[in-house]
Parts: sequence; C-alpha cells; structure tokens
Amino acid sequence: MTTENTCNCAEMQEEELYPQLDEVIAQHRGKPEDLIMVLHKAQGIFGYLPKKVQERVAEGLKVSLNEVYGVITFYNFFSTVPQGRHSVKVCLGTACYVRGSQEILGKAQKELGIEVGGTTDDRRYSLDVVRCIGACGLAPAMLIDDDVYGRVKSTNLVNIIEKYE
Amino acid sequence: MITATINNIQVEVPEGTTILWAAKKANVNIPTLCFHPDLKPGGQCGVCVVEIEGIPGLSRSCVTPLGEGFRVRTHSPKVMNARKEIVEMILANHDTDCLTCIKNNSCELQGLAATLGISTVEYAKLAERLPIDRSSVSIVRDPNKCILCGRCIQVCSNVQTVNALAVNHRGYDTVIGTAFSAGLGNSVCINCGQCVVHCPVGALYENSSVEAVWQALHDPDKFVVVQEAPAVRAMLGEEFGMPPGSLVTGRMYAALRRLGFDAVLDTNFSADLTIMEEGTELVSRLKSGQKLPLITSCSPGWIKFMETFFHDMIPHMSTAKSPQQMFGALAKTYYAQAKGIAPEKIVSVSVMPCTAKKFECLRPEMKASGYQDVDYVLTTREIGRMIREAGLDLKELPEEEADDIMGEYTGAGTIFGATGGVMEAAIRSAYFLVTGRELENLDVQPVRGLKGIKEAEIDIDGTKVKVAVAHSGGQARALLQKVQQQMATEGKSEYQFIEVMACPGGCVGGGGQSWGSNMAKRARRGEALYEDDKARSHRRSHENRSVLAVYEQFLGKPNSERSHELLHTYYQKRSPVDGKVINE
Amino acid sequence: MSLVRNHVLLSIDAGTVMAGARAVEKALVEEIAKQGLTDEIAVLETGSVGTVGQGVVMVVYPEGVYYSNVTPEDVPELVEEHLLKGRPLKRLMLAETPKQAVITKEKAGLLKEQPRIVLRNCGVIDPEKIDEYIAEEGYMAIGNALTSMKPEDVLEEVKRSGLVGRGGASFPTAMKWEFARRAPGDIKYLICNADEGEPGTFKDRLILEGDPHKLIEGMLLAGYAVGASKGFVYIRGEYALSIERLEKAIAQARDYGLLGVNILESNFSFDIFVMKGAGAYVCGEETALIESLEGKRGHPRIKPPFPANAGLWGKPTVVNNVETLANVSEIIRNGADWFRGYGTEKCPGTKVYTIIGNVATPGLIEAEMGTTLRDIIYEYAGGIQGGKKFKGALIGGAAGAFLGPDMLDVQMDFVNLKEYAAVLGSGAILVMDEGADVVDLLQSVLHFFKHESCGHCAPCRLGTAQLVKLIDRIAVSKGSREDLNKLLRISDVMRDTSFCPLGQSPYLPISSSIKYFGDEIGARIR
Repeated sequence: MTTENTCNCAEMQEEELYPQLDEVIAQHRGKPEDLIMVLHKAQGIFGYLPKKVQERVAEGLKVSLNEVYGVITFYNFFSTVPQGRHSVKVCLGTACYVRGSQEILGKAQKELGIEVGGTTDDRRYSLDVVRCIGACGLAPAMLIDDDVYGRVKSTNLVNIIEKYE
Repeated sequence: MITATINNIQVEVPEGTTILWAAKKANVNIPTLCFHPDLKPGGQCGVCVVEIEGIPGLSRSCVTPLGEGFRVRTHSPKVMNARKEIVEMILANHDTDCLTCIKNNSCELQGLAATLGISTVEYAKLAERLPIDRSSVSIVRDPNKCILCGRCIQVCSNVQTVNALAVNHRGYDTVIGTAFSAGLGNSVCINCGQCVVHCPVGALYENSSVEAVWQALHDPDKFVVVQEAPAVRAMLGEEFGMPPGSLVTGRMYAALRRLGFDAVLDTNFSADLTIMEEGTELVSRLKSGQKLPLITSCSPGWIKFMETFFHDMIPHMSTAKSPQQMFGALAKTYYAQAKGIAPEKIVSVSVMPCTAKKFECLRPEMKASGYQDVDYVLTTREIGRMIREAGLDLKELPEEEADDIMGEYTGAGTIFGATGGVMEAAIRSAYFLVTGRELENLDVQPVRGLKGIKEAEIDIDGTKVKVAVAHSGGQARALLQKVQQQMATEGKSEYQFIEVMACPGGCVGGGGQSWGSNMAKRARRGEALYEDDKARSHRRSHENRSVLAVYEQFLGKPNSERSHELLHTYYQKRSPVDGKVINE
Repeated sequence: MSLVRNHVLLSIDAGTVMAGARAVEKALVEEIAKQGLTDEIAVLETGSVGTVGQGVVMVVYPEGVYYSNVTPEDVPELVEEHLLKGRPLKRLMLAETPKQAVITKEKAGLLKEQPRIVLRNCGVIDPEKIDEYIAEEGYMAIGNALTSMKPEDVLEEVKRSGLVGRGGASFPTAMKWEFARRAPGDIKYLICNADEGEPGTFKDRLILEGDPHKLIEGMLLAGYAVGASKGFVYIRGEYALSIERLEKAIAQARDYGLLGVNILESNFSFDIFVMKGAGAYVCGEETALIESLEGKRGHPRIKPPFPANAGLWGKPTVVNNVETLANVSEIIRNGADWFRGYGTEKCPGTKVYTIIGNVATPGLIEAEMGTTLRDIIYEYAGGIQGGKKFKGALIGGAAGAFLGPDMLDVQMDFVNLKEYAAVLGSGAILVMDEGADVVDLLQSVLHFFKHESCGHCAPCRLGTAQLVKLIDRIAVSKGSREDLNKLLRISDVMRDTSFCPLGQSPYLPISSSIKYFGDEIGARIR
C-alpha cells in the first residue's frame, strides 16, 4: 500500500469513523446526563472533537450545541482542534514546576516547533500542559499518551519523544 | 416565621425569605448586580454580600435565607470594602467607554459604581478586546461589556428554553456566547431579545435601524409610513419617565408626526385584520375538524421557536401573517393604490416592542407586495431615542389621531399586546362568525393575566371549544409537549385553539421594551391595554370599519384568494442545532 | 501461597509501569522458567509498595528484600544470585528501606508495628484478584453488617470512631451520612470523590491502584448506612490504571454477588458505576462534582440546599473521598475503639500523605494523626535530600499553607494545624530545602488557581487573574511593596466573597508564605 502525502486523508479517514460514533450515540440517545461520557468516547474515536461530532452528539443526546460546546471548553481533557497521533503533555503542577518543567516545556516547544495546544503539521505530536498528574514524586513529569515519564531532563527529552512514531 | 435583626432592626419574615428581601423590610437596599427579580439568582457577582454574626466570611444575601436569630450587617466596614473591591475588579475588566455606550445613564454597573462611591480603579486593566457579534439581524452582542452575570443565559435557557447562549471556556477566559463563536445569527436564537432586556450593561442591544429611518425621513422622494404595535402605546411613556402602564396612544401619534413620518397609521388596524383571517381559519378548521388545535402565528420569536423545535406543529400553525406583516403587505398595495403613491416610493417602518420583528421583516417570503413589505423595524427603545433626538418630550405633546385608512382599531386589536389578547379577540369574533350573534360578555377573564399556561372552555352555540394560552418559550414548550403526547396517545388534543407568545407577558414584555423592566411592569402595561379595550367604542375586530372597507374594496372576503396571497404565509423546518432552514 | 519458596512482589503502578515494569515481569517469568524454578517461585503483581521515582521496584519474600531500578537486563543475574543461590543482589537493593515501604503482613513473616489502616493491603495483595482481598478478611465487614447490624448500627459505629472526611474539609463522616439518611426520599446516592486534583496529591490514585476492593467495601458499607442503592466513583480521567483496576474489581465483586441485587442474600441492593472526570480541579468541590456527574460544566451550586438533601438529580446524596471510604471497612471489622487507638483523642485514625519535593524518598506514607512533621520527613521520607537543611513545607497542596523552619515539631492532624492557621488538606506535603524558592512556588500556586477557576463568580475569576498579574511582577523583581499588599488584600476579599472553596483558597498560601518567608519575598521587591 502506498500513501501519498498530499491529500486530505485525515478528513477522509475521519469520515470513516462516524459509524463508530453513531454506535456510541445510540447507546446514550436522549440522555443529556451522559454527555461527558459520550464526549470521552467520541474523543477516543476521533482524537479530538470536531464541530460535526459535537453537532451529532448534541442531536443524539438532546442537548443544545451550545451546551455541548460549553462543556467541552470547560474541561481540560477535551480538545476541539485535531490532535497528533501522540499527545505530549508536560506537567506544570507545583512539584514539577519547581523542578524545572517550564524548561522542559520550552524545549518541547522548540523541538516540536509548536505552541501549547498545537499539533505538528504531520499530525504526529500534539503538545499540551497538564496541572499535576499525581506523579509528583517523579517531578518533572511528562505524559505521552498514557505513559508517564518522570525525572525528565531537557537533554533526554528528544530521545523520549522520538520513540513515538 | 423567622425573627432576626438586620442592622439592629428587628424583622419578621416567612421562612425561606432571603436576606436581600428581608432587608427591604428593614428599609435597607442591599446593592446587587447579577440579581434580577424575575430570575433565579446565581450568585455570580458577590456584590450583595452581608456579614452574619458567627458565620465566617461574607454571605450572598440574594441566595441566603434569613435564619432564626441571625444578626445581619449589610453595610459593615468589611462588607463595604469587599463590595468596592469586587466592583473595582469588574470595572478593571470592563470596556468603560460609557459616554458612547448604548446603556449610558441606564447601565446598572454604572449606577452601582456611583452608589458605592468608586472614584478610582486601582487594578490593572486586563481585558483584551474581543470581536463584537453582529451576525444577527436582531441582536448585537458585545463581549467587551459583558460582566458574566449570567442573566441572559438564565432567561434564554431556563425561561425561554432556547439555549442559544452558553457559558464557554473557563476561569478568566470565560465568555458567554454561541458554540464555536458562530454568532447569534447562526444559532438557534429566536431573536426574542429577552437576553437584551435582562442585560444589566451594554453587552446586548438591538441591531439598530435608527440611522436608516432618519435617512428615509430626510429623503424628500420617500413616503414614509409608520405603524405601531399594540404594546408600544402602553410602554413608550416609560422612555420619558412616565409610570409603567401609561397609555400614550395620542401622544405617540403626535410624536411620530413631528418626526416627519408622512402617514401615521397603526398596527392595531392590522391586528383586527388578523382576527378576521385567523378567526375565519379557526371556524373552518373547527367545522372540518382538521389540523386542530390551531395555533396562533403573531409572534415571530414563537414562529422560529416552532420551526426549530416543533417540526410536527407546522401543519397546526395558522397561516395568517402577523399584524406587522399584514400591514406591510397592504401598505405597498392597498394603501399605495388608494392614496395614489408609487409603492417603490413607500418606506414602511414599524415600531415594535420586539427584536424578533427585525428578523421577521427580512424573511425572504415576506415580499407579497412585490417589495420588502416592511423595510425597517424600530424597537420601543429606538423610537424613544429618536423622539429625544428630535428635541421632543412625549409628556408635553398633545393627543392626536392616527391617519386614515389604516389607522382605526377596536378594543380587540389593542389587547393583542398582552398575553391571551389574541385568543380573547379571536373568541369575540369567532363567536359571531359561527353564530351570527354577538358574544355578550366580552371579557374572557380566564385567558388574561400572567399565570403560566391559561385554559378556558368557550361554549359556541353548544359546541365546546377548549383553548389554551402560553407565554414564553418554556411554557410554550411545556404546552406543546402535552399536545404532542395527547396526539400520540389519543389521536387528538383536548385543545382546539392555542395562543403562543414568545415573551413572558406577551408583547408588553417583548425584547424591545425599555431597559430595567420586570414582571410587575409587564403586568401594568397589560392592564393598560385592557383599559384601552374597555374604553373603545368598538371592541370586536369585525366592527372595524376600515377593516371592512379593505375587504369591500380590495380583498373580497377573509381567506379569499387575494387574502391568501397577501396576508398568509408558510413555515419551514429549521435545524435544532444551528437554526438554519432545512432544505428537504 | 504456602507451597512456593519465594514470592516476588512486583510493584505495578503508573510510575513503575512507565519505568518498564511489564518488561521486567516478562523477563522475570521467562528467566525463572529457564532456571526451572517455576514451581518454587511465584511472581505476583501488586500495587504501589510506597516508593516513587525508584524505577521498577520489587520485593522478594520471605526475606523482604527491596530491589529498585530493575531492568530486564538485570533479571538473569538477579534470578541466579538471589532466587537460585539465595544471595541478595546488593547492587540493586534499595539503599535504605524506607519505613513506609515495610509491609505489615503476618503471613509473610514480616510483622512490623506500622499504623496501616488504609494502606493495609497496598503492595501486599494482587489488586486484580478479589480472592486475595478476601483472604485478607476483605468483605468480612460488609458480611457482618448485612447479617448482624442495622444500617443505624453501622452509622453509629462510624460516628463513635470519630472518622472525619480525608478530602480536605474534615467534616464528620457519620454526620454527613446521617443528614442524607434522614432526608426524605426513597432514592439516595453515594458518590466517591476520586477526582484527586490537589497539586502534589496522589494518594487516592495509589489506593485505587493498590486495593480497589477496599474502596468497594467502604462504599457498600456507606451505601448501607445511608440507604443508597447506587454509588458512583467520579475518577480523574488521567488515572488510566486506577480506572482499569477499579472496573475490574467492580466486575469481580458483581460476579461474587457482592454488588447487585440482594447482596449476600440480604435485602440490601447496591451497585457502583465509574464516571471519568474530564480535567477540572473545581470538580473536587462536591456540588461541582455533582454537576459534572450530571453531564454539565462543573460549576458549584448554591447552598442550601446541601447535597445531603438535594444532590445528584435532586436526590439526597453523600460525597466522600476515597481515603475516607477506605477507612470504613476497617472500622466496622475492628470496631470504633480499635480505630480510636490510633491517632489523637480529637483526631483518631491515620492519615495518608504524599510527600514530595526535596526529600530523600518521596512517596506515599500512612502515619497516625498527630505525628510530627519532623517524624514524617525524617523517619518516613528519609530526611532532606542530600542532607540539606529543612527550609519549610507547603502542606495540603495549592489550597494549603506554608510552614516555616521552626514548625518541624508541629503535630500533624486536622485539629491541631488549625491552631497554626494551617490545614492538613488533602495530605500533600511539599518539602523545601534551603535552596527552594518560595516566590517560584507561590507563583506556580497562583497560576494554578487562575487556570482552574471555573469562572462562575466574579471574585474568583477576576481575583485569580489579578493575583497572577501581581506575582508575575514580583517574581521578576518588578513588584512594589504595594503589590505585595494587594496580593493580601485581594485574596482576603476573595476568601470572604468567593462562591466556593477554590476562590477562598489563595489567601492561605499567600498569607502563610508572607508570614514565614516575608523577608525572602521582600527581597524580591524592587
């Protein structure tokens, strides 16, 4: 299989994911109280919560689109911009902060060439900050996808990140 | 009963009374900002805090019930300091271009700063400028003025159940707005303007047509006609310091004439006309038993609400246009012909207690005359502004009459402005249309007043007609859900005729009313309209001679082909997600 | 367990997994098989053994030897030396076995008198096996309660124990239960607050990872006492392993008839549902948490009504912290008097702390209420890293208070700390050595509050932004004395007028840092 790096394949791939979303929505149809749960699952499917996904969720759960958007923008966990295949999150909790996580973050921004909240052009990485992931003993800590990295140094940062294709 | 002291004055209030209300008993006004008497308090601003002996910190008086034996201090040094600090922080974050703000002199924040004696703001200005939302033809939203009191959301979500606005983002970045900042014009907003009338500051206001109307008035080639909605005569006085419920019909005509309108006519005329069309429609549906209940269609906020959230009710809607649009269609046809004026020269202006009317007049289907039937809609506030700009004081003007041939009205037309009024007017005429006899007692009391959903059963020559009246989106939703359920389980609804108005209280509570309104003021305006009704020589729409003349000379009879062409309309389904028309 | 010669307990928690615990486990099992020791040596997974930041950690029983920073490459040598030849491998042994890491397990022949109530099973049993929990007398308390105690009796026992909430507010647990129990209504809810968000706190996470059944049993007892039939665990979305283990444990409990209808053939029916939080510190506030459970933005609600009368879906609701609930089964099984044997008269029981910052062995410890800060730091956490001097500590997370160098001998419990205008809060202890920068720390704390303010009320939304503006200026030596005063003034007004505890919190770290480190902060003033 060959892939050309020109197309809007990200969008096309996204289209193919909607049946999965519809399945999730079907389990929670007309239940506004399940909104956060459904958004978790939707983000699990799409990697982020594009407008069309929000509209479908709103329609399915019988919540207004504005409420859906209000909820999404309230919680740190949800994102409305496309995410990279791997999410790099630098902890800025108190313990990490005083152990130099700002420096780690600066290095990550420089290496990836993106700001906090951004995604690299090849959609390989997204960069974000978190406020304490309960890994204070390992400060400064960083999260890549579900993996926790502790005692991160700006010198070994690149090695860690590059493991994620 | 609860006994306690407020500033050492003993008060006795029923259990559950908040400290804010209890303080009024002790003749103390605790300053507030986010609080509004008609809305559930949210406790956002923290301005109304008081000190209660034995309770650490300060308590919000708007949500804290007075407890037995409480010793409350409403203006202790600690309280006064805290209030000042909070308001200073709010001011530091607020676009304070007060002199050019639409709310200058009627802004609640401005008033509060004055009351608290704030002379300097010691805090750093933090706010970044955000874009102003001008996407809606009815309502402008300026987030730079917004103080996040939450009133607009309360009324939009809980009272109207529209949910066009929501709190987005978090913490210091919190903004009130629509999803994806798409703007009100691209949302489910029904343009009712309840957010506008509840906003304490200048963050929400109507999309103004004042400049455009001045231009038309100053253009010698234009013939500018004006119509005024029933409710306007009961609220315009407030723009000039008169008490709510002052009836200013004659002065209003005088003012409009002095502004330069070429013909001062009246929407009440076309309200009577609406009854002829809608009443006839009702009688024919009652006879056929088809598409019942019939639902009124005068309120453009309600129309968009129905098109968005109740697609299955479209067949039940009366096809009769609203009085504003009936007037507009006739102004550039019937009136133009009768007066020998070229319709393209006519500029048709309406004065409405309503922001949704601005949306209604721009609906693409509202061009029955071959032109845009109504060119500009001014709210009561806007016409008040124009009258002041012209150096006039309504209070000092003489009482004048409207011009002919679309200026006469009956008591039935005038009560359109209050919730239940259309229903009552329709009953008066439907009774005649069915029986050929006049209804003796014209006062249909059960459909009057501000109760939530009102019901009545009318006996028309042995036929029982069950009617219901709802005002506000929330009550309309509740009533229609009941109707849906009845139709699903029993195949039909218990009601044959339903009146819905989008705003609480009906048009007297519309989004175009004066700032600083509340339910008590709405009630008084409604009462004024019923007094107007009582004082009229004719109180039934079918007795309006000008209306009868339209039929004789122009339309033929109610629900005739020509009536249908000019005075009736159709409805479209809209998406409950973004309010856009669904093309099927 | 008795047939095998050695048990290797491999610590599996988020920290060790990231350090490669799974790879070590695989290598270990293979190497043991290769050496033909499969029948003699059992490799068991367990939760956190109390250490943090030591890489892959394992304990070999019966010797009780701790190994840290183990890599797959170390495994052949370790198996050959220790498990085959019986010679502990010095190179990998934990230099100083921290006190809190010593496991009190009679069966392992390792009895040491340690006050372990909440963490009794953590690091001892395989948290993914319900049988191991049962073997440790698990589910005995709920069994006893359902057969021989009325709900009122359970409530009374907890009341006598003097248990107060461990989430930070230290409200008497039984009183909360009683309010909800007495509130009218047939449907009542129990919520476990596992949305641990206080910076520096990860105790709930390790409890959930190490002993999820203890939480389930605590919730069963609480549900029984309150009259609730449904329980929810509102858990931080980031706690992937906690969620996985808890869900597994709930499924096992359902299989065993310990959750569901007519539990143990009684009339009591109860089930537990897990709800993932989505990242909002304010959801630690119970009414905000309830809003979030209902699928909304986590804005705190107006009180009254209190959740005990009208909480989730308007029904009477109790919200308890993980650690609080983890105490309950022990109280019911051993009795209130036994529980009162720990801690102080006014503050019985133990407290689980997460100790971080400049200490030699940061991690999770359980200590009796009333233990001094000195003991916690020097006895349990190995003292200050690198033998440096103790400068101070931030106790209770961002919403907590700083303590200065002369406060080492303060007794740590809810009641006593109040006397010093400090709080135990969530039990986070951030220790500073002489090199730590207080302004940096305060800056981080204030940024945290600004970021986490929900935005509902003006004092907090605007106040936190002003505080950040001021501290940022002070941090770069551009602040004035007036700025410092403003910090205090704003946070004081925020404390009095904010809608919920979040906005009321900044005052404590600000005022305490100025109290103890006023000179240091003053030196940064322009």
